[in-house]
Amino acid sequence: MKRAARYIIFYSALFGLWTLLAELKIWPPYLFPTPWGVGQALRAGFADHSYWIAIRVSMARVLLGYGISVVLGMILGLGVASNKFLEETMGGLLVSLQSLPSICWWPLALLWFGLSQNAILFVVIMGSLLSVTLAMEDGRKQMPKIFSQAGRNLGASGFKLFWYVLLPASLPFIVTGLKQGWAFAWRSLISAEMLYLSLGLGQVLMMGRDLNDMSAVIAVMLLIIALGYLVDGVIFKGMERHLHNKWGLTPAI
Amino acid sequence: MSASFHSVPDQTPLDNWVAAKPDTGLQLVDQHRRPELEYPKVALSNLCLSYRTQSGERLLALDHINLQVRAGEFVCIVGPSGCGKSTLLHLIAGLQPPASGLVVVDGKLVHGPGTDRILIFQDHGLFPWLTVGQNVEFGMKMKGVPRAERQEKTRHYLKLVHLAKFENSYIHQLSGGMRQRVAIARALATEPDVLLMDEPFAALDAQTRDLLHDELERIWNDTGRTILFVTHNVREAVRLADRVVLLTFRPGRIKNEFPIDLPRPRHIEDLAVARTSRAILDELREEINRSLEAEYQVGMKPRIEPGVSA
Repeated sequence: MKRAARYIIFYSALFGLWTLLAELKIWPPYLFPTPWGVGQALRAGFADHSYWIAIRVSMARVLLGYGISVVLGMILGLGVASNKFLEETMGGLLVSLQSLPSICWWPLALLWFGLSQNAILFVVIMGSLLSVTLAMEDGRKQMPKIFSQAGRNLGASGFKLFWYVLLPASLPFIVTGLKQGWAFAWRSLISAEMLYLSLGLGQVLMMGRDLNDMSAVIAVMLLIIALGYLVDGVIFKGMERHLHNKWGLTPAI
Repeated sequence: MSASFHSVPDQTPLDNWVAAKPDTGLQLVDQHRRPELEYPKVALSNLCLSYRTQSGERLLALDHINLQVRAGEFVCIVGPSGCGKSTLLHLIAGLQPPASGLVVVDGKLVHGPGTDRILIFQDHGLFPWLTVGQNVEFGMKMKGVPRAERQEKTRHYLKLVHLAKFENSYIHQLSGGMRQRVAIARALATEPDVLLMDEPFAALDAQTRDLLHDELERIWNDTGRTILFVTHNVREAVRLADRVVLLTFRPGRIKNEFPIDLPRPRHIEDLAVARTSRAILDELREEINRSLEAEYQVGMKPRIEPGVSA
């Protein structure tokens, strides 16, 4: 209850400050819109379906890219964790590659794939692949050895061992990495969409700029935040809670 | 003995084993003279294992272990910590290859893990992401047993360990003793011939342990499995076993074997169990002292004086 009260106080203060600054007209409205203006922009965007379409396109892209990252990252991570040679060589490379912002892959993607969906997909994958790989590698190492021993002992080997034992056993250790991978995928997608103007939320955002419509810009920014939070706060939080309940761990935070 | 053992080819049927028997020089402890029980279910021949320590030294963990276990026999392996008794079970389970020597189960050479030999770990090794029922089902699922049959057997084995009501619970919701019972049910559900138990009750309180001794003895009676049970507790070994095998401290060698022919059911507090334990403990004590000496620095050598029970 106290927490809800704190939330209400904080957000109404923020909202009040925004309204006050906008109403004082220190800056012209086309640079600093009112909350109502942004609300109207949101309503208009949903009414003419352009936001719905943008959300659908962006979500489809990020899900595909992130999905590929998760599958590839798990295979790579397992490989690196279980092979000493790969660990010593590729392990370092992966860590150093992580310092490269994913949008730096954009020029390379353009030359390789042309100005196309595939270029966006590539950037999204490069954005999230490394976090997933490193998380999987770490998870495989942290996972108690007894699980794989017990699994082999009970007749699991090869793919069955991976699918029924190694993967579920390492989930609590990699869920944070998966979450981070998602955040990177989402950011990479929006960046790439802003550069490649073909549907998607990044494109609607840039369209707001082109039309000098600050209300629309802020409306789309709010939308991007809301969607990112929805996946992070609802899907991943739910997954973490589910894992903690099953494993009987004390929830982290 | 070793010559004929080494000549046992891969996948030898039991019949060949019988033929090979006269020159194996097997020392059988069976006094009931039931011929079908005379040939070993598990045979270890000149089993050696060594590993490298962090400082690069080669450490011999197991040194020429020769042991035969009859079908349906309950053998306990005791020894000080660090004598390689857990490693021995891992070798039989096929989770680790020996440096040299053979593990032969049912006349077949062991190459890797197999569901005819199931290991029960000290810290149970149950899967926390599965329910109790799914854990018990796991081995059957890997084998490809149809769903309906799996569920029926799961219920059967859970009933056997008195956990029928907990089929849908998760592992962390159970007590330590219940977890070990699930582990036993999970092992039995794959219907192994040989149960390998690695100090399964070491982490439990005394009351729970006594109860589980009774249950294990009953299950062993009902199912007729061959059991190799590793423990550092001599009383526990004498309470449970048909035969107690004593290992030396580093490298692990078989120091002595003690047939236990006390009438069953036994209890850990029985006078006869205590008396038999004492005899074994006297021999074990030397090894414990050697292990303590290795653990502490030279100059401060604590010794376990005779009369102190382990």
